[in-house]
Amino acid sequence: MTAWSATVDNPVANRMRDARLPGIVGIALGVFAALLAIPPIEVRSITWSLVVGVIAGMLGIWTVTRGRRRLGWLAVASGILGVGLALLALQSSTTNLGYTFDASLVSQTLSFATPLVFGSIAGMFSERSGVVNIGLEGMMLLGAFWGVYGADKGGSWAIGLVLAMGVGGLAALVYAWFAIHLRADQIVGGTGINFLAIGITGYFYVQLYNNNRIPYGVSLLPNVNFLSGNGFFAQALGGLDVLTWASFALVIVAYIVLFKTPLGLRIRACGEHPRAADTVGINVYAIRYGCVVLSGVLAAIGGIYLSLGPEGQGQFGFNMTDGRGFIALAAMIFGNWRPAGAFAAALLFGFSSALALKLAGVYSAQAGTLFQILPYVLTLIAIAGVIGRPTPPAADGKPYAKQ
Amino acid sequence: MSVPPASEGFAETTTFAGRLALKQRAGGIVVPIITVLFALLVSGIVVAATQHSVHTALVVFKEIYYGTGLNWFANPTTNLTNVSAYNLSQTLLQATPLILTGLAVAFAFRCGMFNIGGNGQYIVGLLMANWLGVNFAGMNSFLHILLCIAGGTLAGAAYAGIAGVLKATVGAHEVIATIMLNWIAFWTATWMLGQGGPLQVANNPIDPVSSQVSQSARLPDFWGVQGFQGLHIGIFIALAAVVVFWVLLNRTTLGYEVRAVGFNPDAAAYGGISVKKNYIRAMAISGAFAGLAGTLDMLGGAQNYRVGQLDIPFIQVGFIGIAAALLGRNTAVGTLLGALLFGALSYGTSQGLGSSSVINPTLASNLSYIIQGLIVLFIGADLLILTVWNSRKKLRPKRRTTAAPAVEASS
Repeated sequence: MTAWSATVDNPVANRMRDARLPGIVGIALGVFAALLAIPPIEVRSITWSLVVGVIAGMLGIWTVTRGRRRLGWLAVASGILGVGLALLALQSSTTNLGYTFDASLVSQTLSFATPLVFGSIAGMFSERSGVVNIGLEGMMLLGAFWGVYGADKGGSWAIGLVLAMGVGGLAALVYAWFAIHLRADQIVGGTGINFLAIGITGYFYVQLYNNNRIPYGVSLLPNVNFLSGNGFFAQALGGLDVLTWASFALVIVAYIVLFKTPLGLRIRACGEHPRAADTVGINVYAIRYGCVVLSGVLAAIGGIYLSLGPEGQGQFGFNMTDGRGFIALAAMIFGNWRPAGAFAAALLFGFSSALALKLAGVYSAQAGTLFQILPYVLTLIAIAGVIGRPTPPAADGKPYAKQ
Repeated sequence: MSVPPASEGFAETTTFAGRLALKQRAGGIVVPIITVLFALLVSGIVVAATQHSVHTALVVFKEIYYGTGLNWFANPTTNLTNVSAYNLSQTLLQATPLILTGLAVAFAFRCGMFNIGGNGQYIVGLLMANWLGVNFAGMNSFLHILLCIAGGTLAGAAYAGIAGVLKATVGAHEVIATIMLNWIAFWTATWMLGQGGPLQVANNPIDPVSSQVSQSARLPDFWGVQGFQGLHIGIFIALAAVVVFWVLLNRTTLGYEVRAVGFNPDAAAYGGISVKKNYIRAMAISGAFAGLAGTLDMLGGAQNYRVGQLDIPFIQVGFIGIAAALLGRNTAVGTLLGALLFGALSYGTSQGLGSSSVINPTLASNLSYIIQGLIVLFIGADLLILTVWNSRKKLRPKRRTTAAPAVEASS
């Protein structure tokens, strides 16, 4: 901040000086640089990608100099990655590119992202109130099994959803009791929940289905078919699940609740400084209990998407979440504990999963592996502070003892 | 971790390790035993309720007991084809990596850090041991094994060191860093052992499995029938690691500094101990133990490794190590006993219930997960146990009180 900007306090001028918009444009241009080289645009020359990528990088550097380091470096990284991906795409034949980058890549990205969105928003509510939830993975797994069980026995996906939410909430309640009232170490408690979830779902799957498959014809999550035809958008967005659309809504609702309502202020106060929140009359325990239980419910919805969604098709598999709860945690961290950021991270991670699947099919099984690692490497880079320091809630993970 | 506001009760110690030290004074060996018994009781109730029979639950636990081979001690025999002897050797085989991953978790804990990345460090050690063990064939066997162990251990140390460096330099939380490193290691292994990967077997390009460790790098079996996965000498290396852990922590300056940082980093820094240096050092030593676990598994039982192998080592060995360390309260002997318990539980359930007469055999491994989960959950709730324990003390006020300093008491 220069002396000039410190003396002039004009909100409009402040907004003009804020480099947020150029940073976001830079990130978008980096993505665009990659898009130029792939269908449907598919320019078979690196020139245009390079031009756009360089502009993205310059915007990023300018953003960094204006004080928004995280956003700026992200834009620079986006520009470099965009040009790199464009170069990779140019190495490949147009036929293979056509197979890889079609409308189904978009729908698969959204499909892979859906459980991550639910999981990361779930983790966000818990952590914003000051309770670390490593047990997301286990709560998702519980949701996946009890959801499919409810849908099978109850005859409707809605019954499965309600049962999954109930079981997820119950597991979260147990965890909350340990984490809040007993002030147990939250990492230990979450690890315990993860173990317990693997055991319970596996045990009851064998017990209730006698080691057979779940019968065919389980009521699956319905698609929302509002677009039909063979157009790009109809293929990309027409066959999406009801929960995918719900996940978009969840991000908006989570943002409004956390940042625009008195309740959200209370939640964040409990996560930043529980003693201060207690002093002004906020019931820290009640807020934390509510948030952790909500976290369990949302994680279970993310889990049911795995078993009753396009991936599971009404089947349950031992430990079927397969680390997705941890990717959701990573998305939340990469998104800097903010709904829009977590959503963007979930989309990015979903895209890397979808691309990994596509590349494994079109090129070789090995080609996709690199993109499977991407979420974890990006998150590691993010917490290393290379692109600006992450800002978790100050009291995250610290038990609070009432006085 | 910053200092929480001063308050009454148990919140005066700043770290989890500090609170565990408190628990140490309060409960001795009784509390872990109560924890295990309580977890077994709850899981027994689950079995009894789902099978509608208390008798079934009792039979299940009897079968698990026979599955572990612990009945060998009641009737020791030198006959190696004896079932109980074989089961015991397999239990010890399962326990070997758990002892080491348990020590890994315990060492980091004593420095106030949570190394949840045992899985990743185990995989890295395993890959390095495989690479060294497949190449350099024809070396002197002793030297070759030594080379593999050194390589695997160092690889684990370096890998965990990443998390230590991130914590020391930019304050990145080690839990998040090690979780990410776990999955990076998993996918790296998938790539390396996958089709055309650098460690994939050369003579069969479509099989995603590593090459076999050459004969000169294999750990010799000392107990067991040839061709039936005997017990290799890795168990003695693991036991030696327990001794090294104890000496390092309790009889060296390094150990003193690590414990001081773990007990209260602010006080340690005030006393002239470099907190950052100890974070990196403790994390690297922690990773060395986990890397050694992977090395021993590679040179001993496995000798090659396959992508997506869903047995216990591949997915949970680091996490069970957490349970072992916590149950043993992060002490050398305690972790050893905890690891033996979990090794027995893993093998006992799969072996004992594998041919069960009363319940579906495929329930077995899930039951052991339930028991492990309950134990971990209850261990974390030290406050619950402390409260119960203290109220017991109030009932009998004549009990001897120990006034040892906290750091000493936690050893």
